[in-house]
Amino acid sequence: MAENILELHNLTKFFPAKAGGIFSRAKGEVRAVDGVNLTVARGETVGLVGESGCGKTTVGRTVMKLYEPTAGRIIFDGEDITNLKRQEMKPIRSKMQMIFQDPFSSLNPRHTVGTIISSSYTIHGIEPEGGVEHSVRELLTLVGLNPEHINRFPHEFSGGQRQRIGIARSLALKPKLIVADEPVSALDVSIQAQVINLLDDLQKEFGLSYLFVAHDLSIVQHISDRVVVMYLGKVMEMAPTRTLFENPRHPYTKALLSAVPIADPKIGRSRERIIVQGDLPSPVNPPSGCVFNTRCWKAQDICRTAVPETIQIAPQQTVACHFPE
Amino acid sequence: MSKFLEVTNLNVTFPTADGDVHASNEVSYSVGLGETLAIVGESGSGKSVSNLAVMGLHNVTRTKITGSAILNLSDGPVDLISASPETVRRLRGKEMSMIFQDPMSALHPFFSIGDQIAEAWHLYNKGSKSDGIKKAIEMLDLVGIPDASVRVHDFPHQFSGGMRQRAMIAMALVNNPSLLIADEPTTALDVTVQSQILKLLKDLQNEFNMAIILITHDLGVVAEVADRICVMYGGRIVEDASVEDIFYRPEHPYTLGLLNSVPRITSGLSHRLRAIPGQPPSLINLPSGCSFQPRCEYSSRVSSGACTESVPALNDKGSGHLSRCHLDIADLNDLVKDKA
Amino acid sequence: MLTYVTRRLLYTILLLAIVSLTIFFIFDLIPVDPARLVCSKQCTPSLVEANRHRLGLDVSVFEQWWRFMVGLFAGRTFGEEGIAITCAAPALGYSFSRHECVTTIVSQAFPYTLSLALGAFVLWLSVGISLGVLSARKKGKFADRAASVFVLVGTSLPTFITGILVVLFIVLQFNLVSPLELGNWHNPVTEPLGWLQTFFFPCATLALAYAATYTRFTRSNVIETSSEDFIRTARAKGLSEKVILRKHTLRAALAPIVTIAGLDFAGLLGGAIITEGIFGLNGLGKLSIKAVTQTYDLPIIVATTLIASAFVLLMNLIVDIAYAFIDPRVRTS
Repeated sequence: MAENILELHNLTKFFPAKAGGIFSRAKGEVRAVDGVNLTVARGETVGLVGESGCGKTTVGRTVMKLYEPTAGRIIFDGEDITNLKRQEMKPIRSKMQMIFQDPFSSLNPRHTVGTIISSSYTIHGIEPEGGVEHSVRELLTLVGLNPEHINRFPHEFSGGQRQRIGIARSLALKPKLIVADEPVSALDVSIQAQVINLLDDLQKEFGLSYLFVAHDLSIVQHISDRVVVMYLGKVMEMAPTRTLFENPRHPYTKALLSAVPIADPKIGRSRERIIVQGDLPSPVNPPSGCVFNTRCWKAQDICRTAVPETIQIAPQQTVACHFPE
Repeated sequence: MSKFLEVTNLNVTFPTADGDVHASNEVSYSVGLGETLAIVGESGSGKSVSNLAVMGLHNVTRTKITGSAILNLSDGPVDLISASPETVRRLRGKEMSMIFQDPMSALHPFFSIGDQIAEAWHLYNKGSKSDGIKKAIEMLDLVGIPDASVRVHDFPHQFSGGMRQRAMIAMALVNNPSLLIADEPTTALDVTVQSQILKLLKDLQNEFNMAIILITHDLGVVAEVADRICVMYGGRIVEDASVEDIFYRPEHPYTLGLLNSVPRITSGLSHRLRAIPGQPPSLINLPSGCSFQPRCEYSSRVSSGACTESVPALNDKGSGHLSRCHLDIADLNDLVKDKA
Repeated sequence: MLTYVTRRLLYTILLLAIVSLTIFFIFDLIPVDPARLVCSKQCTPSLVEANRHRLGLDVSVFEQWWRFMVGLFAGRTFGEEGIAITCAAPALGYSFSRHECVTTIVSQAFPYTLSLALGAFVLWLSVGISLGVLSARKKGKFADRAASVFVLVGTSLPTFITGILVVLFIVLQFNLVSPLELGNWHNPVTEPLGWLQTFFFPCATLALAYAATYTRFTRSNVIETSSEDFIRTARAKGLSEKVILRKHTLRAALAPIVTIAGLDFAGLLGGAIITEGIFGLNGLGKLSIKAVTQTYDLPIIVATTLIASAFVLLMNLIVDIAYAFIDPRVRTS
């Protein structure tokens, strides 16, 4: 049995960008994901962070084959799924599931909760032990909802509860990997904690692996074993959580961490703040060389011309920078 | 000594198909020039509604408002609640301004940034069209937009999210108001952009001696910029104190719960988050007694059972730290020890 | 902006070519043989052949189309052996049954259609939009409810019923227009009153259904736009409700109307068959219906079809360009 549940080798996803010009040819492309390497071990939570446009959501969706990769390979549970077609992907999909960001739009408002959760069984033609309804009720209880509500509709639930329904749905087929795309961003603070605790508990109980895509570093730090930092489609740094947060080696990681507001006035106001200048460059026209060079305070000529290699700077910590901290 | 804005016993109610929503109940707060007051709460806490009512941006026909919101202007105080809508309108954009959460939808897509800023300026200043544009360029410069004289003619969709918010700030401050209400100004922005915007607001506050009311749910943001904090829950203010008192000496179980449920970068790894069980209350059917009681771990300590019967008053437990809770001082010390 | 306009222009020209070619193909496929229809009972094979030759149907569809296109720019000669007639550019064909160049026939009919379309257009826009804005502002109140009755009536009554009712009651019963005057042409510039007499009621009839739709559309757009964030911002700036409505709300709410109005107008420029028929106006609608049902005059039918399509395509172009002026997001994408 393969040690890693997921391996991404040089994963690339470009989207064609429509252009101006008389005949509106596709001119250039949005380089959403540009050569991402990462692994998720069994039972591990890998946090994928970055700001808007960094490609983290695209990575999540490409892993699920919701987008077809432009280049690179996806190895899931030892099998190369990169070029599998839809029909061939079907049995794989029962082992990898996704939780979405918006609890209000990711559930079909015309389906009952029971239908939503049992749809996984229906699609894959699986009859679970004890019957579909029994399993659905079990799942509802598992995520902290009342199994008596099996016939209610999504609009009768709050945001946090709907997110739990989404989680229950993803668990129906006992997947090995769950890709969670900003699962708590749309929830109130006090509810976020409930859902995070639930995800933690479920991982312990079922040995799940998570690829946790988020922009909120505090949450990522809390739940992840390892963290991958992305910027404009490329991986800037990857390290175990504690290492990354205590000893970031990439200037972008440092800047990102210093920008995260800390719920502690004394610490928050006294720490060193790195204010990154300028705006995010367009992913259609990313900077040459290191993609961060236009906003990096350490940028030198080589940063503008050569793409930095990913180097192993410490055990388990890799960085893509010419002048790491 | 009176502060620039003093809101007293503000009640805001509006009808819906399911019943009357009591969005704001006996809300009182104040903010002075050069001070930043943060109003913290989750969705449905009433934090936005109260401030929209102060600005007169509520639905005039359907919303019922009682209480007072006094703006202590240099030529005399004005009660925004009892004044005519026309009077309040003439203060909007001039003495008090508001910026909102999503800068993309908050700017008119058909007019250039410069035109929208100039429009705000023309409302209270006489001048030609080019004077207005000149002022817009000046403001864009002030908020840190590069190439302001070129970008002033751009449209909102040509600006990035951070730049749009800066443009909104420029538009809000063009007439030099003394009060700026910022409703979740950075929630929709990336974290690096957020810190830029927060720094900008602080700098502008220092330069113009503005009062700022910052409405947010993000405790981290509040810790960075606020002087004073009001915590709202179920349409009421449950705690009102200085920023240090709130974070280091909270006196309300909800505040404590919030502080405990937020993961911190600085705390050690993976201690389980202490989530507040249950859901925020419906503003149509508020629970009797304390609105936080159904979710409160400490209500059992109140032997009189008052938590389910009466709404606690907002008490000053000493040194300007107010909290709305039936717990007495002895139990309060336990609370602070419980803090993670 | 210039690239946008140029691109749309080129597309339109291309589309015009394709559409016109398709029309020729369609008429070729129609099982009716115009060469036979012209002589009906007295047809002999040679007569049919001669007719076919006269109508230009003895060549390929492409050739027919090409000759037509050339004729548009350079004029065209019809018939031969001494009975050749030359129609000046733009030559739209020659009607053998009426012994006239189609271009002449069409240019006599067009002013009626244009007057009807323009008059109705102005009427339905002004009534529809004002009523829509009023309903939106007084949502739920009496004015809104009254307007919705109007909308219901307007959208339910088909033109032929409205038209006949108008003629019967308003025109004939109250004698507002003499029946002899119905359908007479007056130059709108030199004889405005006469023009009004002829065209007011037909325009109003035609406008009724459209006005109702536009009222409903405007109302819902204004209501929706009023709840947008940028309107709240305008209020926060201190602008008065009047200015907000006029400058901010309407501009955003009415932008989509430009597209719809343009296309509705274009449709009418091809002729309003029913209205013209009821009010006796000799416009393109009446012309094309007569050409199909009475004489099967192929050149006229082809010409009117092509004209109608050309108007739609051109208005499409104009509307797209206008929209780019209104909505900057379209220009700079």
